Amino acid sequence: MTKQQANWSPYDNNGGSCVAIAGADYCVIAADTRMSTGYSILTREYSKICKLAEKSVMASSGFQADVKALQKHLAARHLIYQHQHNKHMSCPAMAQLLSNTLYYKRFFPYYAFNVLGGLDSEGKGCVYTYDAVGSYERVGYSAQGSGSTLIMPFLDNQLKSPSPLLLPAQDAVTPLSELEAVDLIKTVFASATERDIYTGDKLEIVVLNADGIRREYMELRKD
Amino acid sequence: MATTMVKENNAGPAQLLGPESASERTLYPYVTGTSVVALKYKDGILMAADMAASYGSTLRYKSVERMKSIGKHSLLGASGEISDFQEILRYLDELILYDNMWDDGNSLGPKEVHSYLTRVMYNRRNKFNPLWNSLVLGGVKNGQKYLGMVSMIGVNFEDNHVATGFGNHLARPILRDEWHENLSFEDGVKLLEKCMRVLLYRDRSAINKLQIAKITEEGVTISQPYALKTFWGFSAFQNPTVGAEGSW
Repeated sequence: MTKQQANWSPYDNNGGSCVAIAGADYCVIAADTRMSTGYSILTREYSKICKLAEKSVMASSGFQADVKALQKHLAARHLIYQHQHNKHMSCPAMAQLLSNTLYYKRFFPYYAFNVLGGLDSEGKGCVYTYDAVGSYERVGYSAQGSGSTLIMPFLDNQLKSPSPLLLPAQDAVTPLSELEAVDLIKTVFASATERDIYTGDKLEIVVLNADGIRREYMELRKD
Repeated sequence: MATTMVKENNAGPAQLLGPESASERTLYPYVTGTSVVALKYKDGILMAADMAASYGSTLRYKSVERMKSIGKHSLLGASGEISDFQEILRYLDELILYDNMWDDGNSLGPKEVHSYLTRVMYNRRNKFNPLWNSLVLGGVKNGQKYLGMVSMIGVNFEDNHVATGFGNHLARPILRDEWHENLSFEDGVKLLEKCMRVLLYRDRSAINKLQIAKITEEGVTISQPYALKTFWGFSAFQNPTVGAEGSW
Protein backbone atom coordinates (compact mmCIF):
# COMPACT_ATOMS: atom_id res chain seq x y z
CA MET A 1 0.00 0.00 0.00
CA THR A 2 1.53 3.35 -1.06
CA LYS A 3 2.17 5.81 1.73
CA GLN A 4 -0.59 8.40 1.87
CA GLN A 5 0.51 11.98 1.30
CA ALA A 6 -0.77 14.89 3.33
CA ASN A 7 -3.09 17.16 1.39
CA TRP A 8 -3.06 20.01 3.83
CA SER A 9 -0.11 22.13 4.81
CA PRO A 10 0.66 22.91 8.45
CA TYR A 11 2.07 26.23 7.25
CA ASP A 12 0.54 29.33 5.71
CA ASN A 13 2.09 32.67 4.87
CA ASN A 14 0.11 35.52 6.36
CA GLY A 15 2.43 38.10 4.82
CA GLY A 16 3.59 41.49 6.00
CA SER A 17 6.87 43.31 6.37
CA CYS A 18 8.95 44.23 9.43
CA VAL A 19 11.78 46.73 9.72
CA ALA A 20 14.05 47.87 12.54
CA ILE A 21 16.68 50.62 12.61
CA ALA A 22 19.18 51.23 15.42
CA GLY A 23 20.38 54.70 16.35
CA ALA A 24 22.93 56.08 18.81
CA ASP A 25 20.42 56.25 21.66
CA TYR A 26 17.15 54.97 20.19
CA CYS A 27 15.71 52.07 18.23
CA VAL A 28 12.80 52.14 15.78
CA ILE A 29 10.80 48.98 15.09
CA ALA A 30 8.02 49.03 12.52
CA ALA A 31 5.62 46.62 10.81
CA ASP A 32 2.50 46.88 8.68
CA THR A 33 -0.84 45.68 10.09
CA ARG A 34 -2.20 43.62 7.21
CA MET A 35 -2.86 39.92 7.68
CA SER A 36 -3.51 37.91 4.49
CA THR A 37 -3.92 34.37 3.29
CA GLY A 38 -3.49 33.48 -0.36
CA TYR A 39 -5.04 36.36 -2.30
CA SER A 40 -7.46 37.37 0.49
CA ILE A 41 -7.05 39.89 3.27
CA LEU A 42 -8.14 38.48 6.63
CA THR A 43 -7.87 41.69 8.59
CA ARG A 44 -6.42 45.15 8.14
CA GLU A 45 -5.63 45.77 11.80
CA TYR A 46 -3.36 43.07 13.14
CA SER A 47 -0.26 44.04 15.13
CA LYS A 48 2.93 42.12 14.37
CA ILE A 49 4.90 43.94 17.06
CA CYS A 50 5.33 42.47 20.53
CA LYS A 51 7.08 44.02 23.52
CA LEU A 52 9.04 41.21 25.11
CA ALA A 53 10.93 43.15 27.81
CA GLU A 54 11.49 46.69 28.96
CA LYS A 55 14.06 47.34 26.24
CA SER A 56 13.30 44.58 23.74
CA VAL A 57 10.64 44.76 21.06
CA MET A 58 10.17 42.08 18.43
CA ALA A 59 8.44 42.34 15.09
CA SER A 60 7.65 39.09 13.26
CA SER A 61 5.99 38.22 10.00
CA GLY A 62 5.29 34.85 8.39
CA PHE A 63 2.84 32.25 9.68
CA GLN A 64 0.73 34.05 12.26
CA ALA A 65 -0.11 31.04 14.47
CA ASP A 66 3.62 30.25 14.84
CA VAL A 67 4.40 33.93 15.49
CA LYS A 68 1.75 34.05 18.24
CA ALA A 69 3.07 30.83 19.80
CA LEU A 70 6.65 32.17 19.65
CA GLN A 71 5.66 35.47 21.28
CA LYS A 72 3.77 33.63 24.04
CA HIS A 73 6.74 31.33 24.63
CA LEU A 74 9.24 34.19 24.91
CA ALA A 75 6.94 36.25 27.13
CA ALA A 76 6.56 33.27 29.47
CA ARG A 77 10.33 32.67 29.56
CA HIS A 78 10.88 36.36 30.29
CA LEU A 79 8.45 36.23 33.21
CA ILE A 80 10.34 33.27 34.67
CA TYR A 81 13.62 35.15 34.20
CA GLN A 82 12.22 38.14 36.08
CA HIS A 83 11.15 35.90 38.95
CA GLN A 84 14.52 34.20 39.10
CA HIS A 85 16.85 37.19 38.59
CA ASN A 86 14.75 40.09 39.87
CA LYS A 87 15.37 42.14 36.74
CA HIS A 88 14.34 42.45 33.09
CA MET A 89 16.27 40.59 30.41
CA SER A 90 18.71 42.73 28.45
CA CYS A 91 18.23 42.94 24.69
CA PRO A 92 21.34 40.83 23.85
CA ALA A 93 20.11 38.16 26.29
CA MET A 94 16.66 38.15 24.70
CA ALA A 95 18.35 37.90 21.29
CA GLN A 96 20.14 34.72 22.31
CA LEU A 97 16.96 33.28 23.84
CA LEU A 98 15.04 33.89 20.63
CA SER A 99 17.76 32.19 18.60
CA ASN A 100 17.78 29.14 20.89
CA THR A 101 13.98 28.94 20.88
CA LEU A 102 13.91 28.96 17.10
CA TYR A 103 16.62 26.33 16.74
CA TYR A 104 14.90 24.10 19.26
CA LYS A 105 12.28 23.53 16.55
CA ARG A 106 14.89 23.05 13.84
CA PHE A 107 13.04 20.02 12.42
CA PHE A 108 9.53 21.52 12.46
CA PRO A 109 10.36 25.22 12.40
CA TYR A 110 8.42 28.24 13.54
CA TYR A 111 7.67 29.86 10.19
CA ALA A 112 8.45 33.27 11.63
CA PHE A 113 10.78 35.94 10.24
CA ASN A 114 11.87 38.15 13.07
CA VAL A 115 13.63 41.37 13.80
CA LEU A 116 14.42 42.15 17.40
CA GLY A 117 15.06 45.77 18.33
CA GLY A 118 15.97 47.46 21.57
CA LEU A 119 18.58 49.20 23.65
CA ASP A 120 21.68 47.37 24.85
CA SER A 121 23.08 47.69 28.37
CA GLU A 122 24.86 50.93 27.36
CA GLY A 123 21.66 52.51 26.07
CA LYS A 124 22.73 52.25 22.42
CA GLY A 125 20.24 51.04 19.83
CA CYS A 126 20.61 47.42 18.74
CA VAL A 127 18.88 45.40 16.05
CA TYR A 128 19.11 41.63 15.64
CA THR A 129 17.88 39.90 12.51
CA TYR A 130 16.89 36.23 12.27
CA ASP A 131 15.99 33.51 9.83
CA ALA A 132 13.30 30.91 10.59
CA VAL A 133 15.64 28.50 12.39
CA GLY A 134 17.49 30.90 14.66
CA SER A 135 20.56 32.04 12.74
CA TYR A 136 21.07 35.63 13.94
CA GLU A 137 23.35 38.62 13.74
CA ARG A 138 23.53 42.04 15.35
CA VAL A 139 23.18 44.72 12.69
CA GLY A 140 22.47 48.43 12.39
CA TYR A 141 19.18 47.92 10.49
CA SER A 142 17.18 45.10 8.96
CA ALA A 143 14.01 44.20 7.09
CA GLN A 144 12.15 40.85 7.11
CA GLY A 145 8.97 39.52 5.61
CA SER A 146 7.25 39.72 2.25
CA GLY A 147 8.50 43.24 1.47
CA SER A 148 12.05 42.69 2.69
CA THR A 149 13.48 42.27 -0.81
CA LEU A 150 12.04 45.65 -1.72
CA ILE A 151 13.00 47.42 1.51
CA MET A 152 16.48 46.09 2.32
CA PRO A 153 18.29 47.44 -0.79
CA PHE A 154 16.84 50.88 -0.13
CA LEU A 155 17.98 50.81 3.49
CA ASP A 156 21.42 49.69 2.32
CA ASN A 157 21.52 52.72 0.08
CA GLN A 158 20.46 55.16 2.81
CA LEU A 159 22.09 53.62 5.87
CA LYS A 160 24.98 51.54 4.62
CA SER A 161 26.88 50.32 7.65
CA PRO A 162 30.66 50.29 7.56
CA SER A 163 32.19 46.86 7.14
CA PRO A 164 32.57 44.94 10.42
CA LEU A 165 36.09 44.01 9.24
CA LEU A 166 37.39 47.55 9.45
CA LEU A 167 39.91 48.58 12.11
CA PRO A 168 39.36 50.47 14.35
CA ALA A 169 35.85 48.98 14.76
CA GLN A 170 33.19 51.38 13.55
CA ASP A 171 29.66 51.77 14.83
CA ALA A 172 26.97 49.96 12.86
CA VAL A 173 24.25 52.24 14.18
CA THR A 174 23.05 55.06 12.04
CA PRO A 175 24.02 58.67 12.75
CA LEU A 176 20.49 59.73 11.76
CA SER A 177 18.34 61.42 14.38
CA GLU A 178 15.24 59.70 15.73
CA LEU A 179 12.86 61.82 13.65
CA GLU A 180 14.87 61.24 10.49
CA ALA A 181 14.84 57.49 11.09
CA VAL A 182 11.05 57.47 11.61
CA ASP A 183 10.66 59.48 8.42
CA LEU A 184 12.82 56.98 6.55
CA ILE A 185 10.65 54.12 7.84
CA LYS A 186 7.50 55.83 6.59
CA THR A 187 9.04 56.39 3.16
CA VAL A 188 10.21 52.81 2.96
CA PHE A 189 6.82 51.32 3.81
CA ALA A 190 4.96 53.62 1.46
CA SER A 191 7.19 52.34 -1.33
CA ALA A 192 6.97 48.68 -0.35
CA THR A 193 3.15 48.99 -0.22
CA GLU A 194 3.11 50.04 -3.87
CA ARG A 195 4.68 46.86 -5.13
CA ASP A 196 4.13 44.17 -2.49
CA ILE A 197 0.55 42.92 -2.34
CA TYR A 198 0.96 41.64 1.19
CA THR A 199 2.11 44.97 2.63
CA GLY A 200 -0.31 47.80 3.28
CA ASP A 201 -3.35 49.05 5.27
CA LYS A 202 -1.57 50.65 8.21
CA LEU A 203 1.95 51.09 9.52
CA GLU A 204 2.71 50.67 13.21
CA ILE A 205 5.92 52.28 14.46
CA VAL A 206 7.40 51.72 17.91
CA VAL A 207 10.24 53.93 19.12
CA LEU A 208 12.39 52.86 22.09
CA ASN A 209 14.64 55.38 23.77
CA ALA A 210 15.90 56.43 27.18
CA ASP A 211 12.54 58.10 27.95
CA GLY A 212 10.63 54.91 27.34
CA ILE A 213 8.46 53.63 24.54
CA ARG A 214 6.36 55.51 21.99
CA ARG A 215 3.89 54.23 19.40
CA GLU A 216 2.89 55.91 16.13
CA TYR A 217 0.57 54.92 13.26
CA MET A 218 0.43 55.89 9.60
CA GLU A 219 -2.17 54.97 6.99
CA LEU A 220 -0.96 52.98 3.99
CA ARG A 221 -2.67 52.11 0.73
CA LYS A 222 -5.42 49.57 1.20
CA ASP A 223 -5.32 47.95 -2.22
CA MET B 1 -7.92 -10.35 2.71
CA ALA B 2 -6.87 -13.65 4.45
CA THR B 3 -6.85 -13.69 8.22
CA THR B 4 -3.29 -14.24 9.33
CA MET B 5 -3.88 -14.30 13.05
CA VAL B 6 -6.60 -15.54 15.35
CA LYS B 7 -5.60 -13.60 18.47
CA GLU B 8 -8.01 -11.10 19.96
CA ASN B 9 -7.06 -7.55 19.17
CA ASN B 10 -8.80 -4.55 20.67
CA ALA B 11 -6.77 -2.09 18.62
CA GLY B 12 -8.28 -0.55 15.50
CA PRO B 13 -8.14 -2.27 12.14
CA ALA B 14 -5.04 -0.26 11.20
CA GLN B 15 -3.01 -2.24 13.74
CA LEU B 16 -3.63 -5.50 11.90
CA LEU B 17 -1.58 -4.32 8.96
CA GLY B 18 1.62 -4.98 10.90
CA PRO B 19 4.53 -2.65 11.59
CA GLU B 20 3.72 -0.31 8.68
CA SER B 21 0.30 0.70 10.12
CA ALA B 22 -1.89 3.12 8.22
CA SER B 23 -2.13 6.54 9.79
CA GLU B 24 -5.30 7.28 11.73
CA ARG B 25 -4.93 11.03 11.39
CA THR B 26 -7.40 13.25 9.61
CA LEU B 27 -6.56 13.46 5.92
CA TYR B 28 -9.71 14.95 4.39
CA PRO B 29 -12.99 16.26 5.69
CA TYR B 30 -16.10 14.16 4.91
CA VAL B 31 -19.25 15.92 6.11
CA THR B 32 -18.77 19.65 5.83
CA GLY B 33 -20.60 22.88 6.57
CA THR B 34 -20.09 25.98 4.45
CA SER B 35 -19.63 29.66 5.34
CA VAL B 36 -20.38 31.40 8.61
CA VAL B 37 -20.69 35.22 8.58
CA ALA B 38 -20.68 37.46 11.65
CA LEU B 39 -20.54 41.15 12.51
CA LYS B 40 -20.50 43.44 15.52
CA TYR B 41 -23.50 45.69 15.96
CA LYS B 42 -24.67 48.19 18.56
CA ASP B 43 -25.70 45.74 21.29
CA GLY B 44 -23.44 42.77 20.53
CA ILE B 45 -22.73 40.25 17.79
CA LEU B 46 -24.89 38.94 14.94
CA MET B 47 -23.95 35.66 13.29
CA ALA B 48 -25.51 33.77 10.39
CA ALA B 49 -25.04 30.26 9.01
CA ASP B 50 -27.13 28.00 6.85
CA MET B 51 -28.21 24.57 8.02
CA ALA B 52 -26.59 22.39 5.37
CA ALA B 53 -23.97 19.68 5.81
CA SER B 54 -22.60 18.24 2.57
CA TYR B 55 -21.05 14.83 1.99
CA GLY B 56 -18.78 15.76 -0.88
CA SER B 57 -21.14 17.06 -3.56
CA THR B 58 -24.29 15.61 -1.95
CA LEU B 59 -26.34 17.93 0.26
CA ARG B 60 -26.74 15.16 2.85
CA TYR B 61 -28.12 16.91 5.93
CA LYS B 62 -30.35 19.94 5.89
CA SER B 63 -31.07 20.65 9.55
CA VAL B 64 -27.64 21.01 11.08
CA GLU B 65 -27.22 23.74 13.67
CA ARG B 66 -23.76 25.14 13.03
CA MET B 67 -24.00 27.80 15.72
CA LYS B 68 -24.08 27.01 19.42
CA SER B 69 -23.97 29.10 22.57
CA ILE B 70 -21.01 28.54 24.86
CA GLY B 71 -21.37 29.38 28.52
CA LYS B 72 -23.11 32.65 29.33
CA HIS B 73 -21.16 35.03 27.13
CA SER B 74 -20.16 33.36 23.88
CA LEU B 75 -21.49 32.07 20.59
CA LEU B 76 -19.55 29.64 18.40
CA GLY B 77 -20.14 29.13 14.69
CA ALA B 78 -18.24 26.55 12.66
CA SER B 79 -17.66 25.59 9.07
CA GLY B 80 -15.76 22.51 7.90
CA GLU B 81 -15.97 18.96 9.23
CA ILE B 82 -19.13 18.60 11.35
CA SER B 83 -17.85 15.69 13.45
CA ASP B 84 -14.83 17.79 14.45
CA PHE B 85 -17.22 20.62 15.38
CA GLN B 86 -19.09 18.18 17.63
CA GLU B 87 -15.78 17.16 19.19
CA ILE B 88 -14.97 20.81 19.86
CA LEU B 89 -18.38 21.25 21.50
CA ARG B 90 -17.52 18.33 23.80
CA TYR B 91 -14.20 20.00 24.73
CA LEU B 92 -16.00 23.27 25.41
CA ASP B 93 -18.68 21.51 27.46
CA GLU B 94 -15.96 20.21 29.74
CA LEU B 95 -14.28 23.63 29.87
CA ILE B 96 -17.50 25.41 30.86
CA LEU B 97 -18.38 22.67 33.32
CA TYR B 98 -15.10 23.07 35.21
CA ASP B 99 -15.53 26.83 35.05
CA ASN B 100 -18.98 26.55 36.63
CA MET B 101 -17.76 24.13 39.27
CA TRP B 102 -15.48 26.80 40.71
CA ASP B 103 -18.74 28.53 41.65
CA ASP B 104 -16.88 31.78 42.26
CA GLY B 105 -19.05 34.22 40.36
CA ASN B 106 -16.54 34.37 37.51
CA SER B 107 -17.26 33.00 34.08
CA LEU B 108 -15.19 32.53 30.93
CA GLY B 109 -15.76 35.36 28.46
CA PRO B 110 -15.46 35.23 24.66
CA LYS B 111 -11.78 36.31 24.74
CA GLU B 112 -10.93 33.37 26.98
CA VAL B 113 -12.89 30.87 24.93
CA HIS B 114 -11.28 32.18 21.74
CA SER B 115 -7.85 31.82 23.30
CA TYR B 116 -8.64 28.25 24.39
CA LEU B 117 -9.88 27.30 20.92
CA THR B 118 -6.79 28.82 19.30
CA ARG B 119 -4.53 26.73 21.51
CA VAL B 120 -6.54 23.55 20.82
CA MET B 121 -6.48 24.09 17.03
CA TYR B 122 -2.77 24.96 17.01
CA ASN B 123 -1.85 21.96 19.14
CA ARG B 124 -3.73 19.57 16.89
CA ARG B 125 -1.97 21.10 13.87
CA ASN B 126 1.37 20.55 15.60
CA LYS B 127 0.53 16.86 15.93
CA PHE B 128 -0.40 16.74 12.23
CA ASN B 129 -3.95 15.73 13.15
CA PRO B 130 -6.01 18.89 12.70
CA LEU B 131 -9.60 19.58 13.60
CA TRP B 132 -10.85 20.47 10.15
CA ASN B 133 -12.86 23.60 11.04
CA SER B 134 -12.90 27.35 10.69
CA LEU B 135 -14.42 28.70 13.87
CA VAL B 136 -16.12 32.03 14.53
CA LEU B 137 -16.32 33.06 18.16
CA GLY B 138 -18.42 36.05 19.21
CA GLY B 139 -19.67 37.38 22.50
CA VAL B 140 -20.24 40.22 24.93
CA LYS B 141 -18.97 40.46 28.47
CA ASN B 142 -19.14 43.47 30.74
CA GLY B 143 -20.21 45.62 27.84
CA GLN B 144 -17.20 44.65 25.76
CA LYS B 145 -18.04 43.17 22.37
CA TYR B 146 -15.69 40.54 20.94
CA LEU B 147 -15.60 38.80 17.58
CA GLY B 148 -12.79 36.51 16.46
CA MET B 149 -11.90 33.67 14.14
CA VAL B 150 -9.64 30.59 14.28
CA SER B 151 -8.64 28.48 11.29
CA MET B 152 -7.76 24.78 11.25
CA ILE B 153 -4.04 25.49 11.49
CA GLY B 154 -4.37 27.97 14.33
CA VAL B 155 -4.36 31.29 12.45
CA ASN B 156 -6.50 33.62 14.55
CA PHE B 157 -7.53 37.25 14.69
CA GLU B 158 -10.35 39.48 15.82
CA ASP B 159 -12.14 42.10 13.78
CA ASN B 160 -15.45 43.96 13.43
CA HIS B 161 -16.71 41.42 10.93
CA VAL B 162 -15.50 37.94 9.97
CA ALA B 163 -16.47 35.17 7.58
CA THR B 164 -15.27 31.65 6.84
CA GLY B 165 -14.79 29.78 3.58
CA PHE B 166 -16.58 31.35 0.63
CA GLY B 167 -17.80 34.07 2.93
CA ASN B 168 -14.26 35.43 2.98
CA HIS B 169 -14.41 36.03 -0.74
CA LEU B 170 -18.05 37.00 -1.21
CA ALA B 171 -19.27 38.46 2.09
CA ARG B 172 -16.21 40.33 3.46
CA PRO B 173 -16.13 42.85 0.57
CA ILE B 174 -19.81 43.70 1.19
CA LEU B 175 -19.11 44.05 4.90
CA ARG B 176 -16.05 46.21 4.28
CA ASP B 177 -18.18 48.54 2.20
CA GLU B 178 -21.33 48.71 4.33
CA TRP B 179 -20.42 47.93 7.92
CA HIS B 180 -20.14 50.81 10.35
CA GLU B 181 -20.04 51.24 14.12
CA ASN B 182 -23.32 51.05 16.05
CA LEU B 183 -25.43 49.27 13.47
CA SER B 184 -28.97 48.80 14.71
CA PHE B 185 -30.30 45.27 15.03
CA GLU B 186 -32.49 45.65 11.92
CA ASP B 187 -29.63 47.06 9.83
CA GLY B 188 -27.29 44.34 11.05
CA VAL B 189 -29.73 41.61 10.07
CA LYS B 190 -30.34 43.26 6.69
CA LEU B 191 -26.59 43.36 6.06
CA LEU B 192 -26.11 39.73 7.08
CA GLU B 193 -29.03 38.67 4.88
CA LYS B 194 -27.48 40.53 1.96
CA CYS B 195 -24.26 38.54 2.47
CA MET B 196 -26.10 35.24 2.88
CA ARG B 197 -28.15 35.89 -0.28
CA VAL B 198 -24.99 36.36 -2.36
CA LEU B 199 -23.58 33.17 -0.85
CA LEU B 200 -26.82 31.35 -1.64
CA TYR B 201 -26.62 32.40 -5.27
CA ARG B 202 -22.97 31.63 -5.72
CA ASP B 203 -21.92 28.86 -3.27
CA ARG B 204 -23.11 25.46 -4.46
CA SER B 205 -22.97 23.98 -0.96
CA ALA B 206 -25.30 26.63 0.45
CA ILE B 207 -29.02 26.05 0.92
CA ASN B 208 -31.88 28.47 1.46
CA LYS B 209 -32.46 27.57 5.08
CA LEU B 210 -30.56 29.68 7.54
CA GLN B 211 -30.44 30.80 11.13
CA ILE B 212 -29.36 34.13 12.51
CA ALA B 213 -27.96 34.21 16.03
CA LYS B 214 -27.70 37.24 18.25
CA ILE B 215 -25.60 37.60 21.38
CA THR B 216 -25.84 40.59 23.69
CA GLU B 217 -25.10 41.23 27.35
CA GLU B 218 -28.49 39.62 28.10
CA GLY B 219 -27.63 36.32 26.39
CA VAL B 220 -27.92 34.29 23.22
CA THR B 221 -30.90 33.97 20.87
CA ILE B 222 -30.76 31.71 17.85
CA SER B 223 -33.60 32.27 15.40
CA GLN B 224 -35.84 29.60 13.98
CA PRO B 225 -34.72 28.44 10.53
CA TYR B 226 -36.10 30.55 7.70
CA ALA B 227 -35.57 31.16 3.99
CA LEU B 228 -34.43 34.26 2.12
CA LYS B 229 -36.40 35.72 -0.75
CA THR B 230 -34.59 35.08 -4.02
CA PHE B 231 -35.14 36.23 -7.56
CA TRP B 232 -34.58 34.01 -10.55
CA GLY B 233 -36.76 35.83 -13.11
CA PHE B 234 -33.94 37.15 -15.25
CA SER B 235 -34.69 37.28 -18.94
CA ALA B 236 -31.45 35.48 -19.69
CA PHE B 237 -32.83 32.48 -17.79
CA GLN B 238 -35.87 32.36 -20.07
CA ASN B 239 -35.00 30.45 -23.24
CA PRO B 240 -31.41 29.88 -22.21
CA THR B 241 -30.54 28.15 -25.46
CA VAL B 242 -31.59 30.99 -27.71
CA GLY B 243 -28.63 31.64 -29.98
CA ALA B 244 -27.25 28.11 -29.53
CA GLU B 245 -29.88 25.73 -30.95
CA GLY B 246 -29.34 22.13 -30.02
CA SER B 247 -27.72 23.05 -26.72
CA TRP B 248 -29.41 22.52 -23.35
